[in-house]
Amino acid sequence: MLDRSIKKVLVIGSGPIVIGQAAEFDYAGTQACKALREEGVEVVLLNSNPATIMTDKDVADHVYIEPLSVEVAMKVIEQEKPDSLLATLGGQAGLNMAMALSERGFLETHNVRLIGTGTEGIKKAEDRLLFKETMAKIGEPVAASEVVSSLEDGVAAAARIGYPVVLRPAYTLGGAGGGIAENEEQCRTILENGLRLSRVHEVLVERCIAGWKEIEYEVMRDHAGNVITVCSMENIDPVGVHTGDSVVVAPTQTLADKEYQMLRSAALNIIQELKIEGGCNVQFALDPESFEYCVIEVNPRVSRSSALASKATGYPIAKVAAKIALGYTLDEIKNAVTGKTYACFEPALDYCVVKMPRLPFDKFVTADHHLSTQMKATGEVMAISSCFEGALMKAMRSLEQHVDALLSYDYSAVDDNALRQMISDTDDRRIWTIAEAMRRGMSGYEIHMLTKIDEWFIKKIGNLLDMEQRLSTEPMSVQLLRAAKHMEYPDGVIAKLSGMTEDEVYAMRMENKITAGFKMVDTCAAEFDAMTPYYYSDYSVENEALPEDTGKKKVLILGSGPIRIGQGIEFDFCSVHSTWAFAKEGYETIIINNNPETVSTDFDTADKLYFEPLTAEDVRNVVELEHPDGAVVQFGGQTAIKLSQQLRGMGVKILGTAPEDVDAAEDRERFDEVLRKTGIRRPEGHTVFTEEEARKAAAELGYPVLVRPSYVLGGQGMQIAINDQDVTEYIRQINRIAQEHPILVDKYIRGTELEIDAICDGQDILIPGIMEHIERTGIHSGDSISVYPAQSISQKAKETLLRYTGLLARELHVIGMINIQFIAKDDDVYIIEVNPRSSRTVPYISKVTGIPIVALATSVICGHTIRELGYTPGLQPEAGYYAIKMPVFSFEKIRGADISLGPEMKSTGECLGISTDFGEALYKAFLGAGVELPHYYKMVITVKDEDKEDIVPIAKRFADIGYKIYATRGTYEALQKGGVACEKTRKVEEESPNILDLVLGHELDIVIDTPRDGAKNHRDGFLIRRNAVETGVNVLTAIDTAQALVTSLENRKKDLCIVDITKLSR
Amino acid sequence: MKAYLILEDGTTFCGTCVGAPAEVIAEIVFNTSMTGYLEILTDPSYCGQAVVFTYPLIGNYGICFDDMESKNIWPKAMIARGISDIPSNFRSENTLPNLLKRYHIPAISGIDTRALTKHLRTAGTMNGMITTKEYLPDDLPKILAKIRGYKVTDGVRLTTAKEAEEFAPTGPSIGKRVALYDMGEKENILRSLRARGITVKNFPATASAKEILAYKPDGIMISNGPGDPKDNFHVIKELKEIYASDIPVFAICLGHQLMALATGADTYKLPYGHRGANHPVKDLETGRVYITSQNHGYAVDMKTVDPKIAVAAYENVNDKTNEGLRYVGRNILTVQFHPEASPGPKDTEGLFDRFVEMMEA
Repeated sequence: MLDRSIKKVLVIGSGPIVIGQAAEFDYAGTQACKALREEGVEVVLLNSNPATIMTDKDVADHVYIEPLSVEVAMKVIEQEKPDSLLATLGGQAGLNMAMALSERGFLETHNVRLIGTGTEGIKKAEDRLLFKETMAKIGEPVAASEVVSSLEDGVAAAARIGYPVVLRPAYTLGGAGGGIAENEEQCRTILENGLRLSRVHEVLVERCIAGWKEIEYEVMRDHAGNVITVCSMENIDPVGVHTGDSVVVAPTQTLADKEYQMLRSAALNIIQELKIEGGCNVQFALDPESFEYCVIEVNPRVSRSSALASKATGYPIAKVAAKIALGYTLDEIKNAVTGKTYACFEPALDYCVVKMPRLPFDKFVTADHHLSTQMKATGEVMAISSCFEGALMKAMRSLEQHVDALLSYDYSAVDDNALRQMISDTDDRRIWTIAEAMRRGMSGYEIHMLTKIDEWFIKKIGNLLDMEQRLSTEPMSVQLLRAAKHMEYPDGVIAKLSGMTEDEVYAMRMENKITAGFKMVDTCAAEFDAMTPYYYSDYSVENEALPEDTGKKKVLILGSGPIRIGQGIEFDFCSVHSTWAFAKEGYETIIINNNPETVSTDFDTADKLYFEPLTAEDVRNVVELEHPDGAVVQFGGQTAIKLSQQLRGMGVKILGTAPEDVDAAEDRERFDEVLRKTGIRRPEGHTVFTEEEARKAAAELGYPVLVRPSYVLGGQGMQIAINDQDVTEYIRQINRIAQEHPILVDKYIRGTELEIDAICDGQDILIPGIMEHIERTGIHSGDSISVYPAQSISQKAKETLLRYTGLLARELHVIGMINIQFIAKDDDVYIIEVNPRSSRTVPYISKVTGIPIVALATSVICGHTIRELGYTPGLQPEAGYYAIKMPVFSFEKIRGADISLGPEMKSTGECLGISTDFGEALYKAFLGAGVELPHYYKMVITVKDEDKEDIVPIAKRFADIGYKIYATRGTYEALQKGGVACEKTRKVEEESPNILDLVLGHELDIVIDTPRDGAKNHRDGFLIRRNAVETGVNVLTAIDTAQALVTSLENRKKDLCIVDITKLSR
Repeated sequence: MKAYLILEDGTTFCGTCVGAPAEVIAEIVFNTSMTGYLEILTDPSYCGQAVVFTYPLIGNYGICFDDMESKNIWPKAMIARGISDIPSNFRSENTLPNLLKRYHIPAISGIDTRALTKHLRTAGTMNGMITTKEYLPDDLPKILAKIRGYKVTDGVRLTTAKEAEEFAPTGPSIGKRVALYDMGEKENILRSLRARGITVKNFPATASAKEILAYKPDGIMISNGPGDPKDNFHVIKELKEIYASDIPVFAICLGHQLMALATGADTYKLPYGHRGANHPVKDLETGRVYITSQNHGYAVDMKTVDPKIAVAAYENVNDKTNEGLRYVGRNILTVQFHPEASPGPKDTEGLFDRFVEMMEA
């Protein structure tokens, strides 16, 4: 029963998107907030991430986009006086915060109840020792482990546990110094090293279960003790690869009922003991050769896996968890999917689900590609089919990594031995290397021995290879084509293998009615009638997704696919808001997307959801069924934009800005024409195709120059070159990624970067605000600290900028959104980039200006004018506060990635600092990004020559706060001359003790290291930056960021003023 | 080879023949379990039926002979979207297609089982023919008449033990004896009792109450089994005597229905039955809900249960049908679902402990 004493609930979100904590918590949080408000509960939300849907004023009653610090949370509680706190929906960040508040006794003194799972249960799951004790008490096995602090203790412990053992030094990031020991000798070697590296001189000796099957259960429990399993999942990669980086299949495939029920019972047993109230994730390691298993981990909250389980089954875990927290029992909660049955049941699937990780190695080319226990994926895709082969094929092409089949990477030049090595070193390409090995005749068993991947999965890959072989050798027949489509071979691949053209394959399919049908995800395998409009495609089946004549116009909204660096959660925000706005305009809304972590793929976001890859062929299947009146592509990032031409070819009208105008903005020559016509200036540049042309262009422009591929997002492959060598290197890098588009070479101008998002109705233009970047040009806009309203721009430059915006929007016939980036140098304004679509800054600027940009743009696309919508065109009045968007990085998770900032985007998320005081806003922004300083009051400065003058006043300010400064020779001299006290330290290449020893001493707060431009120079400081970031030091690679940080620290105060953004008046 | 499923309303599905190329007529039912195909195929309650698996990948973990619930395969045929001949499990000793062939069971793969399931759900359970023959349209009326004329009969007679047999406990003995009235039992009922230290004597369905009572059991267990409960006149008659005795009784599925019939209540046929491993059942005494394994096409009609004789003990959360009865003034508990699981969740296996308590009381 609903607990009526719960009237006002504080929900804590998960903060900025980082690797391991991504969009899934926006999905869970948004669903939970909706569920709470349905029951008439007032919701207070705290989350520092402005890109989320959950921080919308439509989702919660009071919204604080403030740093997730205990002090801020206490402030929110004092101000809002909630009676309850729901902490199990905001990931680890939310959970930790709730535990901290509880442990301080703050919740008790303020009469705030923790609803959902209680502190006892959370502690039992999170505290390593308590967890072990709890599992022992209920007879659930865990991998035996002991913490040791000496070599002899370690060897003795290993002997007790039995070899092989895993050794994990405490407090080293990324598992540095750890390893697997097969015998005492290896154990001694690793231990010696591990103990030295560990800050606390401790190493965990653990039984080695690497190679076991990794099985997960998503389970739920209510306060009455009712327990259910929502979904089981089997990781294709064995224990040893983080589940976030693993290919995962749902439900389990290789477990007989005996094993399945054994683990299911164990999972339920565990949540009974922990008294979970809501959702919980339990991970098991299962010996593939026996019934022996170990509990690896229990997450007493919703998680990435629960988002996946929700999308895989249709069961809304977060929603049900929220209702349970309010006092309902599972049998009182309706199954929203069937509308007839109840939440107290276990979903039955009648399809196979495959999840694949989206790894960021296209961004971090130099990074270590191996997959291990440290998660590296930024996002994921999910695919549904009636067979595993089909789901795997669909998932592969959903990744948008130029991959559409098992032949997508060419390993023909790799010899057999090297290939074997590649297979045993688990990396992001393992599916493709396994395929290549099988093509060469390696047996499934041999591959299994090398990888520990279950032979079932390997042989399924073998089935796909058999089809590859058949398509390239047998004459094409209807039967063969049907079989290939059942396995989800795309027309393009069939064409390539069979020697037909894609059009011929398509024509043959049409002639023989080999078309995709759509099946419903209904939680119950068709046992009950269901109403959910959630579909996936399959071949040779009856179509269930029957378009109804609702009398409404239909709009197709293309989602943005997996979260990746450069195309993050912001685009899901835009897609979802656009969907809601179209619904308000009276449209029937249809979403196509493949990202299980997002709100856009929640079953009740659109009128219909097609969970499909975002390729032309897959989209066409939906188009041929639904015949939408139009499609909107300007909200789904580059993924959607790229499909515009093909959509038009299918006869679908593109709503809003026309594709050829989008093209005019992207195509260098056409864009130059636009600029010539409008008289707008841009940094000089050339379009080139070859290395030689590029060098010629650079010589003409004069170094430094910017080199980048056209048609990319997030500045992928963009670099500043200072000489011919750099140009050569960068062009080669660009061409390594399949590149059909030309390369741009531009003069690099150093000035202030400004950015605007605007809405144009064809006549008038609405500009919510101007954003200014703290870092000067050369650093990607997504990695820059962005300030609204712009601070340093001259009146004249501002007028020019507004005039340019109007000229461009009209010249490009923009209907809807446009994003423009400028450089201002004194009064001169240059244009850098124009995107006639929604951008990364839209959610942030919408929230801080209170202008619902996406909704307005959608209305404009539907034919309304800005004036009709009640807005006065032009730049809107500036707000009376500062709103700062701070980029957040996940560098410590990607070993080998260079962390220095440049024209290529590297951040994974963002947070907000908002205040009427600039310094406080800046402090909040840094705090939100996890920069909690000062701590040790020690820092290192090593800057390039161009920065030596600028660094002096900044260093002085750090010194005034109390920082002890260490500097390398050149910087030391500059600081000495400028009268800043500092100590000299040697460079890495010089003898020890040097700068590296300082970094590894675990006592530094900050390293300011501005690398010189150019390929070679970047590598010099690499070692320092990597080591610093891996030991938890804040590393700044731009002088402007350093200045912002010192300003922030000068303005730090415990007593922060917090802002409810729903109360901001425009 | 092509294979066809012809339903009694003329709906036809075409797929690939995987098992034996035989022609059979059966009642077509669907099961939504995602694991446990061998347990389902060896469950005697499927006698006379053909099972449609809604989960599309069947056969993934091969054949683990230990998981058989009887010594035979009982459905007359099986139907699935995909039948895998790539088995992978450390216990697997064979493949599903081989097993089907060895037991001469026809099977069809490659048909749209979701469309078939939806059809059975909306039109109700019906008979069908599984065949590899291609019939001409002219033959169809005759064939359909034949299909419609089929009824599952004699299920209990075919599946029950041929003669009584006593089994020693496998767990430490608790000195109790249970008579297991076998209507076509699943092995795990026997295993569950023996594991609790009970000596079990299995009586065939043809046994009389007198023979059972003569064994002087501490408790009587009535098993699951196939078919329409009302067909079992003999057992219903014998159960009246057992009801009258003061011996604790625990009954599962068909056993539950038979005890209800023996005490004057009525049963009816459900539109498409409950077959799967995810059915929520509420304990009406405690309010707790359990996920249960189910396999039944008939149910006890609560309107016909005399409240002076029995009260509802369990109820299905989804469709509110009866899932168990507690007999007033008697030490008798009967359930519609399967606490012995196999396949399915073991959440209610504690009922066997309760049966022990009933005997110890």
